[in-house]
Amino acid sequence: MAQYEAVIGLEVHAQLLTRTKVFCGCSTAFGNEPNENVCPVCAGMPGVLPVMNDKVLEYAAKMALAVDCRVNPRSVFARKNYFYPDLPKGYQISQYEEPLAEHGRLEIEVDGERKTVGITRIHMEEDAGKNIHSATENVSYVDLNRCGVPLIEIVSEPDMRSADEAVAYLKNLRSILVYLGICDGNMEEGSFRCDANVSVRPVGQPEFGVRAELKNMNSFRHVHKAIEYEIRRHIDCLEDGEKIVQETRLFDTVKGVTLPMRGKEEAHDYRYFPDPDLVPVVMDKVMLSRWRSELPELPEARKRRFMAEHGLPAYDAEVLTAERDVADYFEAALAAGAEPKQAANWIMTELLRELREKKVGALDCALTPQKLARLLKLVESGTISGTSGKQIFAELCATGADPDTYVKDKGLAQISDTGAIEAVLDEVLAANPKELERYRGGERKLTGFFVGQVMRRMKGQANPGLVNELLARKLG
Amino acid sequence: MSLIDLSLCELRDKLAARELSAAEATAACLARIEKTEPEVSALLSVQAEAALAEAKALDAAGPDPDRPLWGVPVTVKDVLTTRGLATTCGSKMLKNFVPPFDATVVARLKAAGAIILGKNNMDEFAMGSSTENSAYFPSKNPWDLARVPGGSSGGSGASVAARQCFASLGTDTGGSIRLPAAFCGTVGIKPSYGRVSRYGLVAFGSSLDQCGPLARSVPDAAAVLKVIAGHDPRDSTSVNQPVPDYEAATRCCDLQGLRLGLPEEYWGEGVDGEVLASCRAAVDAAVAEGATVVPVKLPHTPYAIATYYIIAMAEASSNLARFDGVRYGYRAPEAANLLDMYKKSRTAGFGDEVQRRIIIGTYVLSSGYYDAYYRKAAQVRRLIRDDFDRAFEHCDVIVGPTCPTVAFPLGQMTADPLKMYLMDIFTISLNLAGLCGLSLPVGLGEVSKMPVGLQVFGPSFGEERILAFAGALEKVLPGLPRPAAV
Repeated sequence: MAQYEAVIGLEVHAQLLTRTKVFCGCSTAFGNEPNENVCPVCAGMPGVLPVMNDKVLEYAAKMALAVDCRVNPRSVFARKNYFYPDLPKGYQISQYEEPLAEHGRLEIEVDGERKTVGITRIHMEEDAGKNIHSATENVSYVDLNRCGVPLIEIVSEPDMRSADEAVAYLKNLRSILVYLGICDGNMEEGSFRCDANVSVRPVGQPEFGVRAELKNMNSFRHVHKAIEYEIRRHIDCLEDGEKIVQETRLFDTVKGVTLPMRGKEEAHDYRYFPDPDLVPVVMDKVMLSRWRSELPELPEARKRRFMAEHGLPAYDAEVLTAERDVADYFEAALAAGAEPKQAANWIMTELLRELREKKVGALDCALTPQKLARLLKLVESGTISGTSGKQIFAELCATGADPDTYVKDKGLAQISDTGAIEAVLDEVLAANPKELERYRGGERKLTGFFVGQVMRRMKGQANPGLVNELLARKLG
Repeated sequence: MSLIDLSLCELRDKLAARELSAAEATAACLARIEKTEPEVSALLSVQAEAALAEAKALDAAGPDPDRPLWGVPVTVKDVLTTRGLATTCGSKMLKNFVPPFDATVVARLKAAGAIILGKNNMDEFAMGSSTENSAYFPSKNPWDLARVPGGSSGGSGASVAARQCFASLGTDTGGSIRLPAAFCGTVGIKPSYGRVSRYGLVAFGSSLDQCGPLARSVPDAAAVLKVIAGHDPRDSTSVNQPVPDYEAATRCCDLQGLRLGLPEEYWGEGVDGEVLASCRAAVDAAVAEGATVVPVKLPHTPYAIATYYIIAMAEASSNLARFDGVRYGYRAPEAANLLDMYKKSRTAGFGDEVQRRIIIGTYVLSSGYYDAYYRKAAQVRRLIRDDFDRAFEHCDVIVGPTCPTVAFPLGQMTADPLKMYLMDIFTISLNLAGLCGLSLPVGLGEVSKMPVGLQVFGPSFGEERILAFAGALEKVLPGLPRPAAV
């Protein structure tokens, strides 16, 4: 059986976090009433003209710089012509022959292997609106709130060879966008969207196979599943001697398979031509170098610094730096006196779980980094056990209570008074003579029983280390 | 002299001096519209009550020296959006379309105190040279009602010539201001690309469209141009350059020492004898006043028509895509599905010429044809512009006939669109090159007794120069009488 190799290229659309739309002054706020953020310009009224929002250029150029693209001194907006009700002008303003930036690259790491993925181009464009089909009546509506929201499209080279690599690339890209503060990276709401071009060829064959374009993947998990499925499908086709057709396929999230789009929907000739309503974008060199100097520390660099400065393992550093606010939270906790490895452990397990469940950002969490540092001190000093620290974590996140006060008010502090523990221990031994006898007879595993009895009588507040120690001394 | 025979500048001065009221001027124009409109059909809508109310409000407030067109009644081509007033573009597609905003030029007219009487008839979406492509009715030439007024701003030309108003705003993509100006015996200015805002001008060919005035004299047109010109933050292609006093320019100079460039391509074959004769006589008059004649060459002229129609139609096919029946405009009542709705709405909503241009424009942009048509046309366009740059090294202005013929009879060209396209042969190069130009009436044709227009080309942002020349030449020419037919 022949060995096959997958070839994957990705097209990412990232919605930019500007306050207003790309070619008019309408708000980009999400979740408003349908058609609330609409003016004659984004509604495509007769006679209106687009005027470029300079913030879009800044954001797009910063992304280009962050992935080492060459920002072209001149780029040109072009019209992509097609009819659809959510596209009020009958064309989308995008960039085509002369994009904003080209020739970038992004490092990824899969199973400890590093690799560079080429970025073909980054260009600016406007988003379309949304068609809403009524569930009860036989009508459709159009909501133009999203129409004209700025996007950048980031096109990769076909450099990835597995679904894992594709997902690693997407995660890195998303993380950079979020670090730059130019995109919220929300895949479910569609502010970070991805299409994948997938083909398969026998290992050693220089030419690419026939590719399929995959759409409708709203999470990293979907991307992974869809690509895996598609690679398998291509290999099966090749094995069976079937012909693969170039087509667009939609990922069916329920069945976990990709299905071809109906032919008509993809039979587009977009008739691109330079948009005569907009002048070419001329990149000012001074502005560009200013933007370059404004770039924050990016995830990859921060990861390496966390490893070097705080002695974190690569895995921890990777998890902590994936989101800018989590990394910021970590550093703030260290600044408040937390020990790096402890802080990393608690953030990676307890905090991230809370954030996921409550759907809040790290820096919006009521348990501030300073409070986390206090909590870790309480554990470290033995005032509370690690177990009770974990037990109260959710409560602290929900209420924002001060850990010291909370522990005190709830009487959670551990009893480390040897006299008190000894007294209870004596009671326990006296109350369980049979077990004591068996223990003395050699049943050492009964240690746990005695410790458990002591903890129960002391409502779990005894310092377990001390209980063990005293028990050993008494019975030893 | 009756009020309606005053020039715009004379009327403006009398209004400012309160010798006349805005209400009197408006009422006189409305009466004139009532009398002539059944014959010339220059207007798609008249807002008599609103105009009179506006005039009375102006009178009550008194003249304002900061409003240079205070109380002056004007009309506006129906391709320019007017808030609260239907803007149809001469198309069934927009029959009931009432824009929620004013075009920048309309807003500037209003801010200058002008009173908008109504909207001018036009070729549908400004596509045509005779106004016979209006979806509503053809306009007639006030000099001879059996002839066309030219197009596409034919309603503007007819309205000004019939003295329904003191000036009108037209738009010019390939000659649509200058041609009706020539046919109707008025002055018409096509400003340099970027001189006047296109915001609110319903686009035909975005890289070619400009809005400009038609009026009965050079200073009148210049006074209106001064008001509408200038940078507009809503139009990225409008240029941020100061606006000179154009009216003053029309009175500043004589013709002594001016070098007139006469391109051989414009003065020979294909031009009617009476048109050549009238234009030649105007040049002779200029020479008699001290101007000199310089032969110049515009060698890429033969490619202008093909280049123009590729670019204009390509842009039009995209610009007119928004008329899909979804949000506004005509929607076919019974459609089986979305595609069917698009097809039926656009088939019924657009006239033949518009559909023809959309189809050609779609074709030249199609994958596999783009390089051969659109890209090539864009390259030739550059060469045409270079022709002018070189010619202006040797002369101050370039002059030639605006059109090879005088106004032709209604119905004569409608069967042959290609012949109709040739009416633009002398006007389109200017749009391709982005330069400024105007058409000046220089007399009546010996045979037809119809007005003949002399076209004056200037370099980009050279409006002052062409206005100075045209103003000086106008003074030494005999001038036209009031059109015979009305």
